[in-house]
Formats: sequence, C-alpha cells, structure tokens
Amino acid sequence: MTDRDYVGSDGLGLVEAIRARRVSARAVTEAALARVASRGVAVNAFTVVLADQARADAEGVDGALAAGREPGPLAGLPFAAKNLFDVAGVTTLAGSRINAGRPPARRDAAAVAALRRAGAILIGALNMDEYAYGFTNENAHHGAVRNPHDPARVAGGSSGGSGAAVGAALVPLALGSDTNGSVRVPAALCGAFGFKPTYGRVSRIGCAPLAGSLDHVGALGRSVRDVTAAFDAMHGPDPEDPVCARRAAEPCRPVLGQGVDGLRIAVLDGHFARGGEPDVFAAVAAAASALGVSRRVSIPEANRARAAAMIITACEGASNHLDDLRTRPQDFDPLTRDRFLAGALVPGVFYQQAQRFRAWYRAQVARLFGEVDVLLAPTTPCPAPRIGQDRVVLDGVEVPARASLGLFTQPLSFIGLPVLSVPVRTGPLPLGVQIIGAPFREARVLRVGALLEAKGVAVTAVAP
Amino acid sequence: MIEAPTPEDLGAHVDRAAQLIGLPILPAHRAGVIQAMAVIAAAATLVMDFPLPDDVEAAPVFEP
Repeated sequence: MTDRDYVGSDGLGLVEAIRARRVSARAVTEAALARVASRGVAVNAFTVVLADQARADAEGVDGALAAGREPGPLAGLPFAAKNLFDVAGVTTLAGSRINAGRPPARRDAAAVAALRRAGAILIGALNMDEYAYGFTNENAHHGAVRNPHDPARVAGGSSGGSGAAVGAALVPLALGSDTNGSVRVPAALCGAFGFKPTYGRVSRIGCAPLAGSLDHVGALGRSVRDVTAAFDAMHGPDPEDPVCARRAAEPCRPVLGQGVDGLRIAVLDGHFARGGEPDVFAAVAAAASALGVSRRVSIPEANRARAAAMIITACEGASNHLDDLRTRPQDFDPLTRDRFLAGALVPGVFYQQAQRFRAWYRAQVARLFGEVDVLLAPTTPCPAPRIGQDRVVLDGVEVPARASLGLFTQPLSFIGLPVLSVPVRTGPLPLGVQIIGAPFREARVLRVGALLEAKGVAVTAVAP
Repeated sequence: MIEAPTPEDLGAHVDRAAQLIGLPILPAHRAGVIQAMAVIAAAATLVMDFPLPDDVEAAPVFEP
C-alpha cells in the first residue's frame, strides 16, 4: 500500500479495503509503521512503537479473513493510545518520568482491549501532558508534541500525541482522555474529530487518572464514522469501573446517516460567545448556517462551572500523586508540579462547594435540554499557540495561553455531557466546533457531526 | 464575599497547610506554588460567592 493511499483514507475506508481483500491488514500496518517512522519523529507524537505486536496482530486479521472467520468491525484499522492507557508488556508512563520506574502493565486497558477485540491494530503509545494535567502537551520529559500544521505551534493537550498522530495521518484513530477538554482541544488544534462520550459511558479501567470524578475516555479520528465505530466498540457497562454507567450499549453507527430532522439545535450564547478570536465564532457560525440554525440559548454560570472544575481537578489530581509530591517533587514536569502541590493545599470547603455547585449546575443544564437537543459552541478560543507561549490576547485582554484553551470545554465536561469536536477551517490553522448533547444522547451529537461532514463544513485537516 | 488574599496570606497558607499535611515545599518551588494557589483562590472566590440553596447536595458518585 502506498503512503498516498494510506493517507487518503479514513480508518473505516482501510477496514473496507481489508475486508474486501483489496489490501492486506499487514500491508496497511506496514504503511502505518512507515508513516510513523518517516513523519512521526517531526511531530514527536509517539513514545513507543509496537511494531512486532502490530505485525502479528495484522497477520491474525489476514489469517481470519483467509479462513472465512469474522475479523471484527475494525479489522486491520491502525490506532494508537495516549500513554496513560495500560498496554500489556509496556510501562504506562502517563507522560511522566516518575512512572518510568514502574513495572510493565499486565493487561491492556479496557478501551485498548475493546478496540483490539474489534480487530483494530495497536501501533504504539502517544505523548501527552504529564499526568494529563495540561492543554498544550509541552512535556518536559518527552518533548513538546508539534502541531502537524505548523511545527512551531503546540498540538494541544493533554492528548497532544493523539491529536498530532491523527492530524499528521500517522494513524487514522487514537485514544485519548478528557477531564477538562483533553480530547477536544488537541482534536481542534490538529484538525481532527474528537469525541468525548458521556461521563461513565466508557470504562476507565487501566487508564491512569487525573481527576476521577471528571475523567472520560474518548477517541480522536479522521471521520465521524471512525470515532463512532470506536465508541461503539468501547462503550457499555463494566462492573470493574465504579463510575461506569450500567446502561446498555447503544450503537450509534447504524443511525449516523439519519440527518438532523426533528432535532432542536441552538448556538450557545453568553460565556461561549465571547472571549475568543473572531475566527472561532466564524467557525460556529459556519456550522450553524449549514444546519439552518439561528436560535441562541445560554447556560447560566458557565464561568463558575469552569472555576469549579479547576478546583476539583487540582484537589483530586494532587491526591492521586501525594506520595510522589512529598518525596520527589523535583521529578515532576515544571508545568504540572506547582499546580499539583497547590492542589494538595486547597481547603476542603472549596472542593465540597465546587461539587455542590456541580449538582446545581447540572440541574440548570438538564432543564435547558428540555427545550433543545443539541448545542453548538467553539472548542478553543484561538488556534494553536506557539510552543513556549505563556500569554495570549483574547478579546483585547491578555490571559494565560495554556489555561485559556479550556475556556469553552471545561464547563461541558464538568457535568459529563457528550461532545464531539469537529474540525472547521476558517483561517490558516485548524479550529474546532463542539457539538454538545444531553447525557447519554451520543447518537444525536454524532448525527449532527455526520451531517456537517457530509456537507463539507467539517473536514479533517491532514498535514501531508 | 470572601476577600481576595494577599500574596503574604497565600504564602502563609501554603507554608502552614504544607506543614500540616507533611508536604515539604522546596524553596525553589515555593513561589510557583503560591502563584498556583492564587489561581485556585481566584476560582474559589467565584464558587464560594455563589448562593447555593441549602438542599443542594454533592452526589457521592457523580452521575450525569
């Protein structure tokens, strides 16, 4: 398979070619490995490449097809996983130096195992912000991930390796995690689709936590159908994960083409309509126009929701790393260390009030979802900042560049809503538009995304 | 409304809370930790100032 053919297809396009025996899974895997070797170094997306295992898995898919056995819905689809997902035989770094001293994982994370069971081929593990605590993936230990569309700029984070791996067409699908925006931000900045299902929809077993009450597993991909197929393979109850929803799986691929007739869609106003560069609102306007949407609604107190999410993340994150913060603070990434240390010192009433506010806010948004089905908002307030950039001017105000990337994502993950970030280009660099649904209404979100993709408004930006 | 803490207040809080929980803050890290605490304190002002009804309870296991 040529590099051009490999880069020219989304993940399910490759699966179709493999299942039709037009190309072997082994040939697709070799194309992925060649692309990772030739282009991957420049973007610094991978921390480990599992070439031997990938080749063996691909040969398993080819063997199943030759024998007439069902190879799975993702047969031969190359993917990679943020390095906080356990991979059997590999040490789970979670972006840290500290974890490098730990033994290899004994089994795959639930999400990795689900994709591999479905026939997908794990190519390797991906760079990330240390312990997922960042929006830019400027990792002091493993180097910054570079944006495939401008190597002087960040890829976004914390799943930056996942964003760059998809944006540079190293793999068509990558696993990420999202606590405050860590799937959606890199997807937007790298020109990929990024899907964060409802909190608790996908098991987090074998996924190193940042903040357990906010952590979600998600996927970045080349197309809506790619992230949908990954979601379908991964979601459903898991008694091992105490927050995993007991709700039965609801496959979304069969309904992707249903269009949006009957869906009440609105653009988010207020907090989500200010504090960003004009291009990000132009991207939302382009999506709204394509959907024929003019209605605007507001979520109350979204800025407080962002503040509360920040407090909860700081406290839960610090608690997870307290022993290492006590004994080896110098081994943390300088970009996470001070925030983790401060998180350990937060008064309990701040945390508890943030959780109580969360319950109140959830009720307000639930009420809004009585009147509307799907909401649109920008993903980030600006395109990718430069690597090392500390400040950015938004709406005439100078603000911290890194934290500001979560301006529009944090108030949504805070209450676990399903969100798809779709790539929309209005300027020289990719941007994202969030499509937001009520809890467990992933299908509606994905249907809207599929229609925007079909209309040519949401298009993956692939760097050559 | 809670008053915005001064840098001295934040420094004192960081030193005492760290001592209370047995978390050494190395001199090279102290200024950065105080800065991070200032960001958290500003966020906490937004959260603590919001008048929540008495019957709002945080869910032990959050369910969306």
